[in-house]
Amino acid sequence: MTVENQRAGVVGEDMDQDRFPAGMRVLAVDDNPTCLKLLDTLLRKCQYQVTTTNQAVMALKMLRENRNKFDLVISDVNMPDMDGFKLLELLGLEMDLPVIMLSGHSDTELVMKGVTHGACDYLLKPVRIEELKNIWQHVIRRKKFDSKVQNNSLNEDKACNGSGDSRLGVISTVSADQDGKLCRKRKEQNEDEEEDDEENEHENEDASNQKKPRVVWSVELHRKFVAAVNQLGFEKAVPKKILDLMNVEGLTRENVASHLQKYRLYLKRINSVAAQQASMVAALGGADSSYMRMGSLDGFGEFHSLAGSGRLSSSALSSYTPGEMLGRLNSHASLVLRGITSSGPVQASGQNLSSSINTLGQIQPTPLPSNQSASLFQGVLTSLELTQLQQSKCTSSTGDFNPITDSRGFTAVSNGFSDTRVNVGSSTSLLPGASSHPLVVQGNPQLPDDRGAFVNHSLGVASLTPDTFDIGGGGCSNFLDHNRSNESWQSAIQLSRFSSNAVPLREPFNHNQFPYNNFVISSTGPCTTNGPIDFSSRSAVSAPLEDSRGDAYCQEGLMGNVVQDMNYTLKQRWEEHKQDCNQNLNHTVNTINSMVSANGIISPLGRSLDQNNAICCKSFDVSLISQLHGGALSIGPHGEVEKSAPDSKMMINENYLLEQTKSQDGFIQNNYDSLDDIVNAVTKQDDVHLMQEHNQTMLSDGGEFGFDAYSLGSCI
Amino acid sequence: MDVMIQLQRQLREHSAFLRKEGYLDDQFEQLQKLQDESSPDFVVEVVSIFFDDSEKLLNNLAKAVEQKAVDFKQVDAHVHQFKGSSASIGAKRVKNVCIEFRNYCEAQNIDECLICMQKLQFEYSVLKNQLEYLFRLEQQIRAAGV
Repeated sequence: MTVENQRAGVVGEDMDQDRFPAGMRVLAVDDNPTCLKLLDTLLRKCQYQVTTTNQAVMALKMLRENRNKFDLVISDVNMPDMDGFKLLELLGLEMDLPVIMLSGHSDTELVMKGVTHGACDYLLKPVRIEELKNIWQHVIRRKKFDSKVQNNSLNEDKACNGSGDSRLGVISTVSADQDGKLCRKRKEQNEDEEEDDEENEHENEDASNQKKPRVVWSVELHRKFVAAVNQLGFEKAVPKKILDLMNVEGLTRENVASHLQKYRLYLKRINSVAAQQASMVAALGGADSSYMRMGSLDGFGEFHSLAGSGRLSSSALSSYTPGEMLGRLNSHASLVLRGITSSGPVQASGQNLSSSINTLGQIQPTPLPSNQSASLFQGVLTSLELTQLQQSKCTSSTGDFNPITDSRGFTAVSNGFSDTRVNVGSSTSLLPGASSHPLVVQGNPQLPDDRGAFVNHSLGVASLTPDTFDIGGGGCSNFLDHNRSNESWQSAIQLSRFSSNAVPLREPFNHNQFPYNNFVISSTGPCTTNGPIDFSSRSAVSAPLEDSRGDAYCQEGLMGNVVQDMNYTLKQRWEEHKQDCNQNLNHTVNTINSMVSANGIISPLGRSLDQNNAICCKSFDVSLISQLHGGALSIGPHGEVEKSAPDSKMMINENYLLEQTKSQDGFIQNNYDSLDDIVNAVTKQDDVHLMQEHNQTMLSDGGEFGFDAYSLGSCI
Repeated sequence: MDVMIQLQRQLREHSAFLRKEGYLDDQFEQLQKLQDESSPDFVVEVVSIFFDDSEKLLNNLAKAVEQKAVDFKQVDAHVHQFKGSSASIGAKRVKNVCIEFRNYCEAQNIDECLICMQKLQFEYSVLKNQLEYLFRLEQQIRAAGV
């Protein structure tokens, strides 16, 4: 186990922060060679570092080899070897890389699909350079967000650590609520402080006082882990036992717990791809084999990457005791969910989820004080509502499930609620397969006493399946009513927490918040497929809840550990990114300005060819105008340019172009230089005079051009 | 010098013609804009790739539509590819035929698809000739200017 110096190790490979967005490393994937070549050149024009491949499989391989080699991925939608959306999912899940989709289609459905699968953006072919000039924002945004979430979670964890509630214990409503508020306050304070610190000191290592040393799951370590899990049996693999079996010095239960969670996520994803109606045993056995079987995947690598992708959800998850959960939820849930929104969900077939439910099938409520619910509800509701806003991107495609993403998201929501996750997972898995809510319906009558837990299920279900949205909503309301009125349900701390989580989930549901629902669903689905085997080995959803209660406690602890560990891991990475980001941002503006300038200059030279328009000087006008407006180059304001007889001007334009192409190097260079001066002048906000001077200079260069400074002036 | 002026005029006229007749659109200009000292032959390179790719696509298409039982999905996929690449270089007419072709594919109208196939081949050949002429002119101008 080593403490990894993330920043130092990555700085060299990481983007060139000084020149960002120039130097941003983009991986372009498109099977169409013409488009790929064009994309490559366009990206290079934007001063990005471009790697291209015409095979999605190759792209995946490259990224898995070293996720840090790239900052952004642009991928076509229609590719022969792999569906672009599938690639998108995998990338978002495993690598948390921003992915931009590219397509010749502009169907709303496709765009929607892209969004739900986690694409940062959806561009139409043919791509224009203006659009590519701005794609760096997705990288920044993701980093910013990640680091912010990481900060939040870390602060939360620090602040709330002292609450001292046992993870397994029951927390009073009042204290929980207070803790939540207190945590939040502290978090905000800490966040501010920490952000300042981050900006001042660019060293991540010094933050060790703020976070635990990061555990690196090396191949060896992971092998031991898997061996331990297999030895124990997937069902019985609890962190404590795994830890004991592994017998690695310095490894904490939390580390193992978080790694276990990632592992489960990974297996679920694998399983959803490979397995159908796998029983728990089959899933257990198959998990390993499918894990190994994954064709081009390096087993560990994939898991590792999955772990990496899972970090998003865990980032916001800190180790909470039940009582703290709410407070954390308030602050983290929205962030986490947002984060999860941005990561690509993994699509799973309904069958997989159905199978997951078989394996999962338990509801594990734990007793909660009945007076807890109200404040919990409110707290969670707030955070989740916030999340809803973030979910707008997360619209689900009909019938599509995003188990992994869902599980992650849900995990975030149900932070520390082992059974909530389980519950939701089980409910989720039931849902996807059928377009009705059999689970919800079935579960209800069978578990009259545990309605609360079931509420979780139903809520999870409802929120999960867009298809069954309406039905679920109805179901939810039923359950919720039960929830509120059922004291026994509320007696379980986790149940109530879950239900409180569920409440907000339900909210979006009622408001037809598909994205949010889908999001939630995805979080639970995959988790439960393979994961919660250790929760309890019930195979039927309708299994009595009481039995699982015992397990629920240790599950809760597990969840907390998992969350905490992942949180630290995530935080480290995000902090690193955040620092990078901060530095980058400092340069960003200048860089962008110069880039815009540069592009603005270059573009109009070609545009001058546009006959029937304006005059030669238009090219200068455009660049200048774009400089002035500080925006992307656009030929828009042609109207301002003095127009003369199109034909003659056309000739002039063409001559202009001809000269340009003829002596491209010199000409363009000259233009660039002079325009560069113009740019500087403009950025310094000199007036038109300077431009006119340059124009006249240009005039003298191309004597035959008939435009004059006057027209230029009139354009500005 | 006369030669140069002559060549230049020809180039101008030809470019204008191509634009006016809709063979090429703004996207082609974009390509030309991208050409600079770091990629001096960019346009020719991209168009060459386009030609190679198109010929393959057309072959595949021809085979696909001549099948007894036409696999429209496959045909559509090819046409989509063709549409993408032609749009990328600004081959407007070719692109438009592709769009039409795709509509007929969707409607599974084999007769119209066959007509589109021919149209596509025709437009592509014409475009290829036009572009090759354009490049020749440019090359001559470059040579004359040296």
